[in-house]
Amino acid sequence: MSAALLQYLFSGLTSGAIYALAGLGFAIIYNASHVINFAQGEFIMIGGMASATMVAAGVPMPLAIVLALLIAMAVGVILEKFAIEPARNADVVTIIIITIGASIFLRGAAQIIWDKEFHSLPAFSGENPIAVLGATLMPQSLWVVGVAGVVIVALWWFFNRTMFGKAMLATSHNRLAAQLVGVGVKKVLLASFALSALLGAVGGVVVTPITFTNYEAGIMLGLKGFSAAVLGGLGNGTGAIVGGLIVGIVEALASGYLSSAYKDAIAFIIILFVLFFMPNGLFGKRGTDRV
Amino acid sequence: MNMMTPRTGGLALLAVIITVAPIGFTNTYFYDVAVNAMFNAILCIGLNLLIGYAGQISLGHAGFLALGAYGSAIMTTAYGVPPIAAMLISATVVGLIAFVVGRPILKLKGHYLAMATLGIGIIIHIVLKTESKITGGPDGMSLDNFSMLGFTIMGDKMWYWVAGVLLILSAWLALNLIDSPVGRALRAVHGSEVGAEVVGVDTSSYKVLVFVVSAVFASLVGSLFAHKNGFITPDIGSFFGSVHLVTMVVLGGMASVFGSVIGAVILTLLPQVLAAVEQYEAMILGGIMMGTMIFMPKGLLPSILASLKRREAGR
Repeated sequence: MSAALLQYLFSGLTSGAIYALAGLGFAIIYNASHVINFAQGEFIMIGGMASATMVAAGVPMPLAIVLALLIAMAVGVILEKFAIEPARNADVVTIIIITIGASIFLRGAAQIIWDKEFHSLPAFSGENPIAVLGATLMPQSLWVVGVAGVVIVALWWFFNRTMFGKAMLATSHNRLAAQLVGVGVKKVLLASFALSALLGAVGGVVVTPITFTNYEAGIMLGLKGFSAAVLGGLGNGTGAIVGGLIVGIVEALASGYLSSAYKDAIAFIIILFVLFFMPNGLFGKRGTDRV
Repeated sequence: MNMMTPRTGGLALLAVIITVAPIGFTNTYFYDVAVNAMFNAILCIGLNLLIGYAGQISLGHAGFLALGAYGSAIMTTAYGVPPIAAMLISATVVGLIAFVVGRPILKLKGHYLAMATLGIGIIIHIVLKTESKITGGPDGMSLDNFSMLGFTIMGDKMWYWVAGVLLILSAWLALNLIDSPVGRALRAVHGSEVGAEVVGVDTSSYKVLVFVVSAVFASLVGSLFAHKNGFITPDIGSFFGSVHLVTMVVLGGMASVFGSVIGAVILTLLPQVLAAVEQYEAMILGGIMMGTMIFMPKGLLPSILASLKRREAGR
């Protein structure tokens, strides 16, 4: 394998891991409520900005990270409670506008609370690159991929081995039936937003040492996470992870071998192709219409 | 035609407002803002046919706007094409693009459709930013006044009357389209696509038709805006631009031609009104988007009309 190819794969896996986390966030909320949360990218931004500014202000890094994650989760819960819940029965367009409105609101708030500058976190374990077969690997990339892996395993455990996780799954399969067997559906909705916010913020924290962050950083990351979720088939967790990695790797290869200027367009070109030929994504179920 | 129908009555009211409004305009800045508002209104009338009547969302219409603007800019400056020809060629090309992508895209529903249109808009935006040899890149490009048959549209005042006439014309066209068999078919598609198909409506053709019409509206407005402004940047085609347009439609009222005009005017004026508290602009805009959708999901005009009707009935 050539060193250049390996290099592109490393960077593709790193960004792919972030897209996968964001895509999972979309999937969790979509499953619980059939809402596509366009503010998902803002959770990534909040995680990055909150931790970076707190560390810069002298808060010890572990504490700053925990606080940043909690802030993002609180924002997720508030968003659900005050913007999504009151519009429960609205149609798709209405909910899309609400979540886009929320994302614009959060960006506006971020630029007032913090500023318009770029912020960074120090790398978690130094900045000495590791040489692998002629390519260089930044230790922070290992952190990104490792943390994403741990989060994914933890999520699997949560959804398959805990009562509350199973209740969330049940709600996504059949809301009414879940309610009838005693699942607190409202709590599930709140939890899904908190969990999605947590996933996004974790991604934001680990990637900030590499890419830096500012108040607008969430837009593209969020939209690419959405592409990842759609690519894998909306609502399919495994699909979102695979979709995220595909988007990340193809993006890195295309910007390496074809044109780096079109890096940000790659995700959307992939998604258009997939939607043209497989309208339900790679792993999605065929949709049916109730008349 | 009966003058009392909402259709002719609304058109007449719109014409009166456009004619009388300049009395309150104390300088050309007012004209400038008003022209932008009317351009947005024309675009939103087209977009509302797609969103409000056919029930199909597009998060990429700013892309079509930008294509119209850049089509005019490139053809008139680099190739010396007369503005009117450049505008019509751009609109035709945009219509063709919409036709070609429309068929596969409009098979998609809900969030998938949102994703696909969003993707097309973003790709157009990135191409315009990147191909700097042709488009000038992020720095944008400038172009000349709009002239035709030796007559040149110059200055904000003249543009005001041009935009006013075009706005009334667009509203009239849209109202007629809605009252035609096409419009009834579209509403059937919105109500229940499968139901419409069962009774013999060729739903996909109608959806593609209205997608093309709305894209052509956007392209024409893009060309006019480019000439009026004299300078364009790729950011007129950004994702945020598309969101802004959809918000105008939804704020004013889906499936309401005059609602689109109201939504466009409000959201065009908003940044001017908020200039003093510029840093809060994004928060206020986001708040308005959330607030209207939560409390008035039908939009301003339909909600106001409904409450007026209720009051009348109560008397």
